[in-house]
Amino acid sequence: MCAADSNSLELCYNGLSLSFRMADIISTVEFNYSGELLATGDKGGRVVIFQREQESKNRLLSRGEYNVYSTFQSHEPEFDYLKSLEIEEKINKIRWLPQQNAAHFLLSANDKTIKLWKISERDKRAEGYNLKDEDGRLRDPFRITTLRVPVLMPMDLMVEASPRRIFANAHTYHINSISVNSDYETYISADDLRINLWHLEITDRSFNIVDIKPANMEELTEVITAAECHPHQCNVFVYSSSKGTIRLCDMRAAALCDRHSKFFEEPEDPSSRSFFSEIISSISDVKFSHSGRYMMTRDYLSVKVWDLNMENRPVETYQVHEYLRSKLCSLYENDCIFDKFECCWNGSDSAIMTGSYNNFFRMFDRNTRRDITLEASRENSKPRAMLKPRKVCTGGKRKKDEISVDSLDFNKKILHTAWHPKENVIAVAATNNLYIFQDKIN
Amino acid sequence: MASIFVVSAERFIPLFPRLACQGVLLGCHPCFRLNMFSKGTKRKFSDGDEEISDESLVGARVASSYSLQRQSLLDMSLIKLQLCHMLVEPNLCRSVLIANTVRQIQEEMTHDGSWHMVAEAFCSAGQSPSERLVATEVLCRSREQDAEPKLFSVISYEGCREEEVVADETLCSVSVSDTVSNVCLAGRIGQCWEKSELSGVERDEEALEDSRLGSGEDEEIDTKDRASTESPKTIGQVFGTFEIKNGSPGPDSALEELFSDVDTSYYDLDTMLTGMQSAPKMGPYDILDSLAPSHSSPSIVSTPNCRSDLNELDHIMEIIVGS
Repeated sequence: MCAADSNSLELCYNGLSLSFRMADIISTVEFNYSGELLATGDKGGRVVIFQREQESKNRLLSRGEYNVYSTFQSHEPEFDYLKSLEIEEKINKIRWLPQQNAAHFLLSANDKTIKLWKISERDKRAEGYNLKDEDGRLRDPFRITTLRVPVLMPMDLMVEASPRRIFANAHTYHINSISVNSDYETYISADDLRINLWHLEITDRSFNIVDIKPANMEELTEVITAAECHPHQCNVFVYSSSKGTIRLCDMRAAALCDRHSKFFEEPEDPSSRSFFSEIISSISDVKFSHSGRYMMTRDYLSVKVWDLNMENRPVETYQVHEYLRSKLCSLYENDCIFDKFECCWNGSDSAIMTGSYNNFFRMFDRNTRRDITLEASRENSKPRAMLKPRKVCTGGKRKKDEISVDSLDFNKKILHTAWHPKENVIAVAATNNLYIFQDKIN
Repeated sequence: MASIFVVSAERFIPLFPRLACQGVLLGCHPCFRLNMFSKGTKRKFSDGDEEISDESLVGARVASSYSLQRQSLLDMSLIKLQLCHMLVEPNLCRSVLIANTVRQIQEEMTHDGSWHMVAEAFCSAGQSPSERLVATEVLCRSREQDAEPKLFSVISYEGCREEEVVADETLCSVSVSDTVSNVCLAGRIGQCWEKSELSGVERDEEALEDSRLGSGEDEEIDTKDRASTESPKTIGQVFGTFEIKNGSPGPDSALEELFSDVDTSYYDLDTMLTGMQSAPKMGPYDILDSLAPSHSSPSIVSTPNCRSDLNELDHIMEIIVGS
């Protein structure tokens, strides 16, 4: 990304990379609204927040690097006594709230519970209390002869995370998405069969706005896979399904949004029909563009960009790893076909990114229609080294530096990626390693 | 996530996209690409270079190869549905997608008569095919022979171990007609079923000439394949764990005989949960055990995941029950 023109992504990616080894498998990655903070959630229920260093005026050639800012345990494993089942503490999603004061707020969700966390800094301490001395012991009031005003003294920066709200007991099934509404007062949470609308201040009740649970569970053939609020219209949200459909709903139309306002589905290509057609059409992620005019969906083999005004087919389709189409049976056998890849837009909506196997991730430039495959690995990502584009050989003679399909490591999957809202900085989660790539200033 | 069913690489049979119509099945040219993912080599269709004079023979081979692979996919899907991590709720999306795949296969098998064949083996001559219901449940229980068989599924969408386990619940069902008929999962029965299916095939020669060619060859290839790769019993047990049983009590002594030695007590919730089953009986977890190539007899051997989970579960149940 040595872009002279910041509007089009020049796909020669120069990487200034950082990588962090995490204690556990990363399960979600999210930049905040300014891009200053980057939050990760992991399988052990922990949240780690990275903060970007202020750009130093002396070191013009380097951009601010990300360092660990705060770590806290968001969720603990629980046991559901009625069902005799464990509730995993794995963080499924983190979403930031827009910053309104000095503190930062984020929502983190595991399978059943959503928590609102406040992350605040403390760099001052009050000293000189009257009623207690410096180590906290109470002073005898009768001994006090003078009064003094406590003074604020600087101290080492301490970042505290405290849970401010706990939104629990509203989901029978596993939460797969949360999304903050543009009114910054409400948010939605979606599980396999229902979507609930919450107010950020109210924890003891939520409104159920979508319910696709059939009366008879034997008739269940479709589940909700992802949901998101529109970035500008606080009454609009979308949810995707395991059958490859997206429904756009308007909360003004009815209290229960079971009937959609728009229904997006691409007609199936009958020539490529197989027993796996439905599984690979299942949408694993849906994201609105920043403009609010488009949305992007990720299914197993491709990424599709939809114009909200056109329901019958996407406007753009990008093949992520089409070479896997002939391997679907093996991927079904080892369960890889059920992997849920996420996707993301860049700040200007001109490029999209998604992950693949073998620690590869793909970026597509929507304007030039060029694409690039990069690898997130320790060997290839030395600090300040340029990332080399990778290529998968699909047949015939394998060229040098190419990797053949059969050599791909399907255990190394990049499911979670995030793009800085304003700059060309990306965060890529590869199992328990987090890679942050930035473009070099020319 | 850990894959806890053991499938040896030799057993894997690659699939190709389903062929759309009967015409294609019979007349297609054997030049498709079959990629062995795990071995990293391209396996070409073996008959590609031979000159084949009898087109229908080619077609039959293709058809039987296709149905073999389809059957393999069905087996795989059913195993996936059965194996759920007992302590954590299974992924509902995955279960739904697998169940839909199973349903799809069954619908197709029903349409081209393969399922029909299976059903015919059990029904009395008087019944017409349309009266037979082809329903598939993963597990079913039959308390009394004469009463309406009750169905339950250990793997319900509500989670692996719910109170609903004892109630009627089917994971997936394809109903062709109104007659109630149940498919039961029972390992030992499967072997009986397999034998009777073969004899059934031989009996109905005139009536089912065309499709028999396909399924007859199916059986041959089936047993040959199985014998060469692993103990012949294992796949048979999985495949043969399907039995079609007539729901409406009819004067069918043959069926009664088949099922007379089934001990249904092991379908009791308690015995399943505590994993206490004596050697010859097959429970859901024994199928997992018997899939491991090293087994020659269905003995109870702990698999790391299911058994230790069951012990933990046992412990938890004790706490809850307060015993």
